[in-house]
Amino acid sequence: MADVWRHAWLLARKDLLVEFRSRTAILSALVFTVLVLMVFNFGRDPTAVAAVDLAPSILWVTFTFAAMLALNRAFQLELENQALDGLLLAPVSRSSIYLGKLMANLVFVATVEAVGLPLFALFFNVPILHVLGPLLGVIALATVGFVAVGTLFSAMTARTRFAELLLPVLLLPFMIPPLIWAVLATGALLAGRPLSEAAGWLRLLAAFDIVFVTLAFVLFPATVNE
Amino acid sequence: MRLLKTGRWITGVGLALLAAVYVRALAFTPVERFQGPAQKIFYIHVPAAWSAMLAMGLVGIAGILFLLLKDPRFDRFGEASAEVGTAFSMVMLTTGPIWAKPIWGTWWTWDARLTLTLFLFLLFLGYLLLRGAVTDPGLRARYSAVLGICGLVLLPFIHLSVYFFRTLHPQPIVLKPSAPSLPGPMLVTLLFSFLVFTVLYVGFVTQRYALSLLREQAEPHA
Amino acid sequence: MLLAEGLRHAFGGVRALDDVSFTLHPGQTLAVFGPNGAGKTTLLKVLAGLIRPGGGRARLEGGRRAVGWIGHQPQLYAHLTVRENLRFWASLYDVPDAQRARREADLLARLDLNDHADRPVRALSRGLVQRVAIARALIHDPRVLLLDEPFTGLDRTAAEEFRRLLAEQAAGGRVTVLVTHNVEEGTELATDVAFMRTGRFVQLAPRAGRTAAEIADAYRLAVTGG
Repeated sequence: MADVWRHAWLLARKDLLVEFRSRTAILSALVFTVLVLMVFNFGRDPTAVAAVDLAPSILWVTFTFAAMLALNRAFQLELENQALDGLLLAPVSRSSIYLGKLMANLVFVATVEAVGLPLFALFFNVPILHVLGPLLGVIALATVGFVAVGTLFSAMTARTRFAELLLPVLLLPFMIPPLIWAVLATGALLAGRPLSEAAGWLRLLAAFDIVFVTLAFVLFPATVNE
Repeated sequence: MRLLKTGRWITGVGLALLAAVYVRALAFTPVERFQGPAQKIFYIHVPAAWSAMLAMGLVGIAGILFLLLKDPRFDRFGEASAEVGTAFSMVMLTTGPIWAKPIWGTWWTWDARLTLTLFLFLLFLGYLLLRGAVTDPGLRARYSAVLGICGLVLLPFIHLSVYFFRTLHPQPIVLKPSAPSLPGPMLVTLLFSFLVFTVLYVGFVTQRYALSLLREQAEPHA
Repeated sequence: MLLAEGLRHAFGGVRALDDVSFTLHPGQTLAVFGPNGAGKTTLLKVLAGLIRPGGGRARLEGGRRAVGWIGHQPQLYAHLTVRENLRFWASLYDVPDAQRARREADLLARLDLNDHADRPVRALSRGLVQRVAIARALIHDPRVLLLDEPFTGLDRTAAEEFRRLLAEQAAGGRVTVLVTHNVEEGTELATDVAFMRTGRFVQLAPRAGRTAAEIADAYRLAVTGG
């Protein structure tokens, strides 16, 4: 079991090293985040719509797009020189490959979120420090949810034509439930509602995560073994 | 071939029974007090949504069985069920708004049944698109099984999020599809309709499965 | 030691492997000659454990850890340097650092890659990439070598050096299966020769001192005549 994690970590580190070298995906994600935040800010009429009403939706649109960018390149990397075959030949379990990808994707998305969240608070003048703890909890849980499913699906779509179109279509129904709960919880937290209200949605997010991370972990070998 | 004929026969029976449901719902079932005759669409829409959900559930179960037993029949069944589910969902999604507009004044409401069906439609669409994008039959079957299983597991979570949709968006008219509290004749009509839709599902899937089998036999090498 | 027993496999309706059996002991090098589509690559993949055969079984002493693979694709990460690639792949095979450093230095020197060791793989020419692929395959000291057209892209000197490397490996007790459609390249190293056509071994015999020309004749006879 320790081996599984060790190998996963080696794989994740490799992914992050490659991403750090090429930098294209992370930069696009960061640029898009800033762009969306700016457009939403200029686009709204401050007298008509309070920032707090729109805030959760805007935040989650940016995070979702960052996740999609990460997921799209996740397995493309392995197909370039058939490195995936190399991974399958090596004495590492298939689960390590999934875990490694998952961890690397999470770091990628977390990086974008770490930049997006402060910018969001800044541009929209939304105080978040008083609920920072629970807010980070919501963000973490929701992100794990759709990145877990997305990592599994990207292993399948990477080998098809129109991979970049197919992945969002497949992922959409799986992203909506955690997004709904995340937007509701974020809204409740930012509006200063008692923590107990958000707790219900946090529980749902946690349940979704546990179920789907396990499921993806179990199903991943079926996508790469012949 | 025999399977196809059986399928056609079952579907024929189903369609005849469907006509009977219409007749019963319109002529022999009492009109609901608060909502008037418009409520009667409920006898069609609820079982249709249920059939689409059944279709998705069976796609998932077929996926599990395929991964465990490697029998291509399960993959064929999954494909058939997904296509039938897509058809049911599309019918629901088109008749729903067409009915809703004159009654409620809007094309779309976040009504629980419609939303659920939309989710199911998206799942089915993804499933069929994935199948279309993979040429190797072995790989296609495995990928479909994985996606189908994920769809099956998603179903309870869809219910949990749709509930929140409804509390957020108050309905122009609150439709209550809760079966137990229905009086006798309405319950009978509803249950009858459930039965009919299940028969239709079986009929359509049987035919589709048979066609799939025939196609495979006609092309010896895919 | 490498054992293949009654291997059978089909893709769709095409018979890729049809009752292939052989046993190889340490020091043996089997050269498999055959036209394209004969099932050579499938055979290697089954031996490596990448594909589970429809029938029969293949057994490799030492499991995946003992396999070194060179195929059509280099299985390298384009954005990482040569050294980083070697380091990564060695880590997946749990090669201790000191040992890896030694082998790395040795392989880089012998394959004349020292000048390019710190360049990213995508900056290298096809011939250089092939050499790096060879280094990658050997870095973890594999006991079994599975080679699929490994001389592709190598110039004269590099091919010579590679042949010398392979000879050393065989002398050191390694088992090698070399698959190619070019009789000249494989003959010198082989201890045993097989001709493959539509999934079957139409001939399997020790090389018994035959020259490349003699084997080429026998090949033509077996594959086109029979």
